Amino acid sequence: MLAKRFKYILVLAFSFFLTIFSVNVFAQDASHEGEHKEEKLDPAKIIMEHIKDAHEFHFFTAGSFHATIPLPVILFSPTKGLSVFSSSHFGHEGEEAHNGYKFDALKNIVAEDGSTVYDFSLTKNVVQMLLALILLVLLMTGIGNKYKKGIGVTSAPKGWQNAIEPVITFVRDDVAKPNLGKKWTKYMPYLLTVFFFILINNLFGLIPGSANVTGNTAFTAVLGILSLIVILFSTNSHFWAHIFWPPGVPIPVKLILIPIELLGVLVIKPAALIIRLFANMVAGHIIILSFISLIFIFGAMTKVAGWGFSPISVAFTVFIYFIEILVAFIQAFIFTNLTAVFIGQAFEGGHDDVDGHHDAVII
Amino acid sequence: MDLLLPHLGLIFWTLIAFLIVFFLLKKYAWTAILKGLNDRETNIAESIASAEKVKLEIAQIKGENEALLTAAREERAIMIKEAKATKEKMIAEAKEEAKTQAAKILVDAQAAIQQQKMAAITDIKNQVGKLVVEVSEKVLRRELANKPEQENFINQLAQEIKLN
Repeated sequence: MLAKRFKYILVLAFSFFLTIFSVNVFAQDASHEGEHKEEKLDPAKIIMEHIKDAHEFHFFTAGSFHATIPLPVILFSPTKGLSVFSSSHFGHEGEEAHNGYKFDALKNIVAEDGSTVYDFSLTKNVVQMLLALILLVLLMTGIGNKYKKGIGVTSAPKGWQNAIEPVITFVRDDVAKPNLGKKWTKYMPYLLTVFFFILINNLFGLIPGSANVTGNTAFTAVLGILSLIVILFSTNSHFWAHIFWPPGVPIPVKLILIPIELLGVLVIKPAALIIRLFANMVAGHIIILSFISLIFIFGAMTKVAGWGFSPISVAFTVFIYFIEILVAFIQAFIFTNLTAVFIGQAFEGGHDDVDGHHDAVII
Repeated sequence: MDLLLPHLGLIFWTLIAFLIVFFLLKKYAWTAILKGLNDRETNIAESIASAEKVKLEIAQIKGENEALLTAAREERAIMIKEAKATKEKMIAEAKEEAKTQAAKILVDAQAAIQQQKMAAITDIKNQVGKLVVEVSEKVLRRELANKPEQENFINQLAQEIKLN
């Protein structure tokens, strides 16, 4: 029954996605034609606007009507202090200045007098992430309460428990236990939080018209750096001994290896986590948007080509969409699994490391 | 809003959100869920183990019963055998006893018969003597005057007669 409901949701999402996006790009096309005829269709610009963060939720523009949700702008300036106002004050195209602040060419908020300003705005990524997380917390605490009441402990699990339970046991049995050995219980809350944090934001990012939260370096950097902190707190003396005095190699080689090893721990491992998640999610969004844009690129040539190509384009989009749903789960799993692997590497050895050194660097 | 450069605001909010979500879920979700799952798993494992144990116990009890039955059967057989032996022994003893008893009775009887026969013979001898004496007296009364001498003679004769 759940599967059926899920299918309906998917169908709904796809139809929603297709309508929204076609309206959106058609509308932009129309507006371009209507207002400034000289401006040509620029798919790269449209795609970038979709995958980047923004200070407002912009859905579509039809003629002079802009379907947007303005979001709060929170700025801190050492000279002017804190200022909070709605992003609608900047105007629909972000062309107006407000309170001494304006958008620069890259849509970053800068002060008109050139002084430094720190932007803590609730951008569309932040708002969507918070909404997703509220849902996640409600869902998970609900399930936690069920277990507390004994449902799923002494009786069969019910409802969402059945959907979440295999994922939790998967993280426990296939991610935490094999990589972390006896210490797995200590890291379970972190691994589970990372997994579901990424997963729910991946899935929310797939909703048509929504923000691309996980395909953003800021988001992935926070998770990567938190993982680095967890990894560093899990290290033991054996781990550092291997880095600062790699055994079994001549001294000149040791001197070369030390910076490499140190770089591997402090930069390469977290950077691998950060870039992998970011690149995968951005790439998925770009591919989907590109296939949709193809319709309008052909449409810009002749209307017939645009209409004729649309079924092919939609078919490809649907295909990529399914792959993206898979990728949402896979990336959440890979991030969690590699974090577990790195943590495991940080405290392994010392006592059971008799069969040589298996320091295979997994990136 | 650059694509590759992380934006300060989003870093800040993501960090705050992650930490809040982490602590909330750790407190209200993961602990309960993991404990629940663990409890259920140990519960199932224990149930299976105890079922297996009961099975083994039943098998053991069955074996014990079997052994008891066999022992009882053997004991019964031994008892029957012993009873048979006792019976035979008793019969044999009784027979032996009867035989000896019979023999004794026979011997006694023979002795008694012998005695009575002897008594009877003595009696007959006496009687015969008397009769002989009387007859001889009657026969010889006239012929012999010396009565005591004659009687002695007759007695002597009578003694010589062997009746058997």
